[in-house]
Amino acid sequence: MAEPAKAGGKPQRPLSPHLSIYKPQISSTLSILHRASGVVIGVGSLMLTCWLVALATGPEAFDAVQAFLAGPVGLIIMLGFTAAVNYHMLNGIRHLGWDIGRGYELSTMTRTGVLVVLGAAVLTGLEWACVIAMGGVSL
Amino acid sequence: MSLRTPLGKVRGLGSAKDGTSHFWVQRVTAVALVPLIIWFIYTLLSLVGASYEDARAALAAPGVAVPMLLLLAAGFYHLKLGLQVVIEDYVSNDGLRIVGLIVNNLGCAALGIACVYSVLKIGFGG
Repeated sequence: MAEPAKAGGKPQRPLSPHLSIYKPQISSTLSILHRASGVVIGVGSLMLTCWLVALATGPEAFDAVQAFLAGPVGLIIMLGFTAAVNYHMLNGIRHLGWDIGRGYELSTMTRTGVLVVLGAAVLTGLEWACVIAMGGVSL
Repeated sequence: MSLRTPLGKVRGLGSAKDGTSHFWVQRVTAVALVPLIIWFIYTLLSLVGASYEDARAALAAPGVAVPMLLLLAAGFYHLKLGLQVVIEDYVSNDGLRIVGLIVNNLGCAALGIACVYSVLKIGFGG
């Protein structure tokens, strides 16, 4: 076989197909979403830390954190945080099933994947309906 | 023929010296976190619109403080293990990766301790 064309002294070798080559599939998309939601929860844990430390510090600190959480930025963070927690928990249960060797059939994997996404959406909706019903957010 | 020593085989810890403990602890904390997260969401929802005094009184009760401490311990450890894998997978520069792993370890420990200290302070009424 001939040596591939050189550019800048380095041989131009073909790369193996990477993420951008593949059509997004439910399996790979949900897998990367699991990691992404985990990182989002990590960022959200900063918010939980602020809230707990403020509650331990005093009323002024607590009111400041509560005011931030009730503002537009705080609400977006809380919405993202709850959605990420719900998805990560439900998909985590799916992962635990795989760990004990269950649910590996392609049809089962697709079904549980869809269930997880729908479940996370429903849970998030219910939680925020509760928040609104309790007067936590005024529409 | 294997060049592994009999002692190495029995210990089963491999070249990284911690065997399957990362994998296993990630799963054990995951199992613990399922009921704890459901409880946590319920507790947070019950605190919507709560005043400073209400929130402190709620968290001071052992029935809330203890599951909260369990959630914090399992949660921050699970977070540390998960973020570690993300950093190991996506940060290809050796120096940056090591810095990232150290920041992850220290950061998760710091946040976890700040949360635990706060819950204890509220519980003990300081």
